[in-house]
Amino acid sequence: MPEITYREALNQALSEEMERDDQIFLMGEEVAVYHGAYKVSQGLLEQFGDKRVIDSPITEAGFVGLGIGAAHVGMRPVIEVMTFNFAILALDQIINNLAKMRSMSGGQYTMPIVIRGPGGAGGSLGAQHSQSLEQQYVHIPGIKVVMPSTPYDAKGLLKTAIRDNDPVIFIESEKLYNTKGEVPTGEYLLPYTADVKKEGADVTIIAWSRMVTACALPAAEILEAEEGISCEVVDPRSLSPLDFDTLIKSIKKTNRCVIVEEAWPKASVGAWIAAELSLRAFDYLDAPIVRINQCDVPLPYAFNLEELSLPKPSDVVEAVKKVCYKS
Amino acid sequence: MASSAKSSAKSTAKNVKAEEPKTETSSSCSTPIVPKYDAATYNGEKYRNIAKKLLKKDDIKKLYRDMLLCRRFEERCAQMYQMRKIQGFCHLYIGQEAVAVGTIAALQPKDLIFQTYRDHAHALLKGISARECFAELFGKATGCSKGKGGSMHFFKAETGMMGGNGIVGGHVPMATGAAFASRYNDKKQVSVCYMGEAAVNQGVFHESLNMASLWKLPCVYITENNLYGMGTAVERASAEDQLYKRTKDAYRIPGIRCDGMDVLEMYGIMYEAAERARNGEGPTFLEAITYRYRGHSMSDPATTYRNKDEVSVWQRRDPMARLQADYPELLTEALINAMDEECKAEVQDAIKFAEESPFPDASELWTDIYLDYPGYPGPGQKG
Repeated sequence: MPEITYREALNQALSEEMERDDQIFLMGEEVAVYHGAYKVSQGLLEQFGDKRVIDSPITEAGFVGLGIGAAHVGMRPVIEVMTFNFAILALDQIINNLAKMRSMSGGQYTMPIVIRGPGGAGGSLGAQHSQSLEQQYVHIPGIKVVMPSTPYDAKGLLKTAIRDNDPVIFIESEKLYNTKGEVPTGEYLLPYTADVKKEGADVTIIAWSRMVTACALPAAEILEAEEGISCEVVDPRSLSPLDFDTLIKSIKKTNRCVIVEEAWPKASVGAWIAAELSLRAFDYLDAPIVRINQCDVPLPYAFNLEELSLPKPSDVVEAVKKVCYKS
Repeated sequence: MASSAKSSAKSTAKNVKAEEPKTETSSSCSTPIVPKYDAATYNGEKYRNIAKKLLKKDDIKKLYRDMLLCRRFEERCAQMYQMRKIQGFCHLYIGQEAVAVGTIAALQPKDLIFQTYRDHAHALLKGISARECFAELFGKATGCSKGKGGSMHFFKAETGMMGGNGIVGGHVPMATGAAFASRYNDKKQVSVCYMGEAAVNQGVFHESLNMASLWKLPCVYITENNLYGMGTAVERASAEDQLYKRTKDAYRIPGIRCDGMDVLEMYGIMYEAAERARNGEGPTFLEAITYRYRGHSMSDPATTYRNKDEVSVWQRRDPMARLQADYPELLTEALINAMDEECKAEVQDAIKFAEESPFPDASELWTDIYLDYPGYPGPGQKG
């Protein structure tokens, strides 16, 4: 299987899907002539022309809303936000229009749109460009939220999201774009199910997006080598819908759980997962669930402070030892 | 406009400037009864002539009947609201009927309209029956949105009634997106975006018009300037209160003011704007000066920010009386009485239908959220 980057995997998904269905168009800031702020749309303008690959003005509420309007009448837009920090400007369009149109109309409309771009910290980008805001979308009924952690997942899930008739918020990661992984050459689609990234016996570590490869898997290696603790790393991949069955199955095996989340701790997706698991897997838990988050502060620029704030493998190691009563 | 056209005794509201400046002094409301509008660019007679040329006798009768149906429908809405058959927010359109009736009559059936929460009349005119509308207001399963939308969210996909939207200005990008889709697929389908005058101060209004002009989208934006955004007079909210002036220099979109109390003028102006859109000439911005006789919503008695004299000035320009004055021999008293009986009966039948219809089944709480969501709604949920 060829090894390609996360960025190339997303690019292949876009290219293949746009080739398949001419009702798909890609719109966003710098997606066409500039080839994408993060080069995810490299070559697409040349392949599909400026009718289907469209540079928008810097006007997030406007072009996200325009995409929603196009989906409202049956098209299948892919709207790129340069980062999800900027999608805050479009939240009214997403929450009040996109998430409500099907329900408010008594099911008369489907809204087949994908809104995609990177979320989370990119490295020394300062407080306004480093936020993990997935919980804003997971909270809202009527939209789905997908966050792939590997090139293989990125391609298969983006293709699924584009073919989905429900609206999908597809959150990538700036720090993952250059990461490599095996991706099959042929066509494949992935379901919105959790994926066990590493099997283990003693502790379940739940992590998604960048936290899988940047924190959970490295921590699992350290724990196995240094502490003899075998960790199972489970990536939900989709946060809404969220495949609790796979998470619970893992906890039934390990009886311990740590949740690693890049976002802030208050009212977060991790908090919701912990609450659900406490209720639904209480009898299988031998220790309280421990959550790892970034510190509850706007992310500072200073390199040392940023590092101090974001979750890192050593945080996960400590948390795992804690649920194993070894700290 | 030609001054000779203004001299007609019938044209009570043709030129708003002609009727000012009667300023109310006996009330705490210091707002002039009629805003000071510059008449220099106003050309109502041109659009009235387009309408007169295109409309046949039956069309004129239908315009009158449509306005009457909207009026009778909403009068009963107010009554049903007071009886608590309708709850929540309920915004009446009474007084503004010429705008919706004239403009929608000038569209083709395939065209789409996006309206605000003041959407009863637009829905009735864009293919939703009085029965489906009243059932929706009563929260019944037979309503146009299955009882899930309510007064502010009337939809009918098959006739192009795209809502019913509750956030001021929030639907403007969606209307723009529908126009984008029309151009993309070369459908010659016009997207019409109605909004109140307060919406033109929202960011998305400007974002949308910029893109619509950039890409020459087939969209007609029309603000129904009823002079108040809730209780805030337009000149207290808009630094440039002559709204039609705001789009030409900023976005190269022609802005045209028109008399929203004149159904013929509204027909003519929409006919021309829709043709421009259909021919690929891009968007138009229309500012229809109109007036709502009732409060902002059923909970607003409209006593603090305007006075009764002001309301009665505008009621003397009533769009139905205006059309009758234009066609006195066609719209006879006998004909109007007969149409009135028909409209009242249609509304009465709709109320009876709504009354007898069932509320949505409890299972409906969980439908129409997603098409396909494994495990939805998840364990532990009520209902």
